[in-house]
Amino acid sequence: MAVSAYEVISTQTLSTTAATVTLSSIPQTYTDLVLVLRGTSTVDDTIMMQFNSDTGSNYSWTQFGADGGSGVFSSRGSGLTSFRIGYGNTGQGSHITQVINYSNATTFKTSLSRSNKGADDVRAIVGLWRNTNAITSLTIIQTSGSFATGTTISLYGIKASA
Amino acid sequence: MAAYNLIATTTVGSSGAASIVFSGIPQTYTDLKVVMSLRSNTADASSGYYFDVFLNGVSANRSGRYVQGNGSVIGNGSYTPWGVQTSGDMTASVFSSGEMCIPNYTGSSYKSFSTDSVQENNATLSRLVLVAGLWSDTAAVTSITLTAAAGLFVQYSSATLYGIKNS
Repeated sequence: MAVSAYEVISTQTLSTTAATVTLSSIPQTYTDLVLVLRGTSTVDDTIMMQFNSDTGSNYSWTQFGADGGSGVFSSRGSGLTSFRIGYGNTGQGSHITQVINYSNATTFKTSLSRSNKGADDVRAIVGLWRNTNAITSLTIIQTSGSFATGTTISLYGIKASA
Repeated sequence: MAAYNLIATTTVGSSGAASIVFSGIPQTYTDLKVVMSLRSNTADASSGYYFDVFLNGVSANRSGRYVQGNGSVIGNGSYTPWGVQTSGDMTASVFSSGEMCIPNYTGSSYKSFSTDSVQENNATLSRLVLVAGLWSDTAAVTSITLTAAAGLFVQYSSATLYGIKNS
C-alpha cells in the first residue's frame, strides 16, 4: 500500500489583516516542514519567520535574487530575532519555505525559501536558527504592514519513512 | 490523508513534441506542481535552451522576473520564457531538471507562480534559472502548456503534474 509522504498539518485563510501569524502545536512526526504562503500584503516589505517564540538574537539568513529596480542582489543578516523568508507585496505573491529536519533535538535548524513578489522580484533565501530544540511552533511576520485578508497559509509535513 | 497527488504524467515519444499539455486539470486541489525533465532538438544559439509556459493556452497578461547563473556570470531580466532545458547541442543523454509551482490555481486572484530549472551538462555552458511569474488573469487554471521555444522536445523528455491539497 502506498504511504503518503506529504500531509497537511494546518491551513488557514485570513479573514482579517494580520501582522503576524503563529502556527503552534506542530506534530513531531514528520521529517521536514513546508510552508506555503499565497496572497498579498498591505505594504511591500520583507516577510520574516521565528521559531518557538524565540526572540533571542539567534537567527541569520543569506539571499540572492533579482528585482526590477536594483537588478541582481545578494545580502545577508545575522544576530537577528527572526530570519527572512520572502518579500511581501501588494500584488499577488507566492512564498514557499522548507524547514529541514525540524523535529530533531541535536542540530541547529536550517531552511530554504523561494519567494516570488508578483512579476517584479524573485529570490532564494537560506535561513538558520541557532538552537537545537525541536520546532513546535513557527511565527510568520510581515515586517511592516500586515498580511492582507484572503491570504492563505498552509503547513505541510513530509515523512522520510513510513 | 495524502496532500500530494499525481494528476498526470507525460513522456515524449520518438517523434518528439513541440509542446507538453496538461488539460482538464481537476479543480479539487489547492496548488499545482509540475516536475520536468526536458531536452530540445535545437542548438543553444538557436533558442534551444528555453521553454515557454501558457496557462489555459493564453499568452496575454504574462510577466516575469528571472535571475540566472551560467557558471561565469549572473544576470536578471524580465521576459516571458519561463525556464531552461538542455539544448540539442549540449552533452548527449543529458536532460534538464525543473519544477514549476502554481499556488491557489483555482482562486479568482491573479496567479503568482515560480519555476526553478537547471541544465548542468558537464561542459562550459550550463544555466540555473529562478523565475517569478505572474499571470494577470482571474480565471482558474484548467490547463498548462510547456512549449519548446524552438524545435521540439526530444524523446524521453517528461513532465509530471501533481495536485496538492491543503485540507
